[in-house]
Amino acid sequence: MNAVTKPLATIGRVTLGFLALVGRVAIFAGQSIAHIVRPPFYPREFLTAILNIGYFSLPVVGLTAIFTGAALALQIYSGGQRFSAEAVVPQIVAIGMVRELGPVLVGLMIAARVTSSIAAEIATMKVTEQIDALVTLSTHPMKYLTAPRVLAATLVVPLLVGIGDVIGIMGGFLVGTKQLGFAIGPYLNNTWNFLEMSDIVSSLIKGAAFGFIAAVMGCYHGMRSGRGAQGVGRATKTSVEAAAVLILAANFLLTSFFFAT
Amino acid sequence: MIELTNVHKAFGPKRVLDGVNLTINRGESMVIIGGSGTGKSVLLKCILGLMVQDSGSITLDGEDTSKVERDAFLARFGMLFQGGALFDSLPVWQNVAFRLLRGSLAKPKEEAREIAIEKLRRVGLTPDVADLFPAELSGGMQKRVGLARAIAAEPEIIFFDEPTTGLDPIMSGVINDLIREIVVEMGATAMTITHDMSSVRVIADHVAMLHGGKIQWTGPVGDMDNSGDPYVTQFISGNAEGPIEAVR
Repeated sequence: MNAVTKPLATIGRVTLGFLALVGRVAIFAGQSIAHIVRPPFYPREFLTAILNIGYFSLPVVGLTAIFTGAALALQIYSGGQRFSAEAVVPQIVAIGMVRELGPVLVGLMIAARVTSSIAAEIATMKVTEQIDALVTLSTHPMKYLTAPRVLAATLVVPLLVGIGDVIGIMGGFLVGTKQLGFAIGPYLNNTWNFLEMSDIVSSLIKGAAFGFIAAVMGCYHGMRSGRGAQGVGRATKTSVEAAAVLILAANFLLTSFFFAT
Repeated sequence: MIELTNVHKAFGPKRVLDGVNLTINRGESMVIIGGSGTGKSVLLKCILGLMVQDSGSITLDGEDTSKVERDAFLARFGMLFQGGALFDSLPVWQNVAFRLLRGSLAKPKEEAREIAIEKLRRVGLTPDVADLFPAELSGGMQKRVGLARAIAAEPEIIFFDEPTTGLDPIMSGVINDLIREIVVEMGATAMTITHDMSSVRVIADHVAMLHGGKIQWTGPVGDMDNSGDPYVTQFISGNAEGPIEAVR
């Protein structure tokens, strides 16, 4: 192989490797969906996943949203002053939180909190032969571990996004009314009147997509974990990286689909 | 009867199983001995279908294990894993009764719990252990719980993967005696993989020595000390000198 063909071979190898990875993840995601709809079902595992992914994520989602909404109000106010548009704070906070920042930040927080936790748990189960034990006990690991988590995340993350949107708008409202001198009534009216149903629907659909991505990435990398503590660590790190990047990419695609007209 | 014929399995260039032929008769306790990394666990996982052999056939009562219905096939097996492989998120009794709470063998929760406590008693654990979590147990207790889980559904065939690894000699003796008692009592076919010679002498009816990807010797446990096979002799005596390289 000469100096010209060697780089081409490397590019080809990397491309093929990437495409193979995309294929494996797509098959895994498809299998996850198939296991969600085919019995047997594990309701107890599903409820536990709802609790872990939804309820226990509320504090981090709430804190992230309120600070983001508050900072957004300050930024819009100070930026808007440059062209005498500081009065649009309520509208821009609402649209910014609901269309973009709410879903994306909740998605990233879920990637950090839930994807890492799922990947580490399943990877540890694999390393300690608990996955093999499941098989010998006539229980399909994807049905028992993956399906409940993926379904729970897909259903519960939109709710978290909705809650995050409301709390984020509230953060902007508190800064707007307490610090920037907006009147309470007009601020709320402007927020409510400016939002459209399509903003809210797009926010919730993004939440469902991000929840699905976060759970699938956690399960996929956990199931494919290498041996030992290093394998668990690598699976956890890779799952979070992959989930975060895919959430941002999916956000662009969904935003293009909903709003690029 | 479990029959392995010319089973091969490689990981990249490393040939772990290189033509294994072995027969385990119904109701017999077969112990596979061999050094670390000689493919004992791989052999066991191939039989269970946790790994797929590259070539060769594995049959159970004449049926190819790769073609049987998986749930019915696995329902005939119980397995004690090397590290216990207990589910951290479940209390002890639910670990033991895992199979009895789900799938085709599912029973009402109370009945499953009673069976779990009975099996825990059988392996020498008191009922108060039932509600503890695996992380709250010692290594020996985890092995006993693993053993209770392996026998909970009264399987026809039980596999034991390094049952005494990590245990002190007294606890090893207790586990070995328990395994022997349970296998005889249940009339189960047993396959144990170990490099602990005290386990071999207590548990085995027959012994097979795996080395270099092949069964080097097989015979009744009583013939093991006078097998005349240099591999078996070196392994039993623990000598560094012999056909088995000390540094592999």
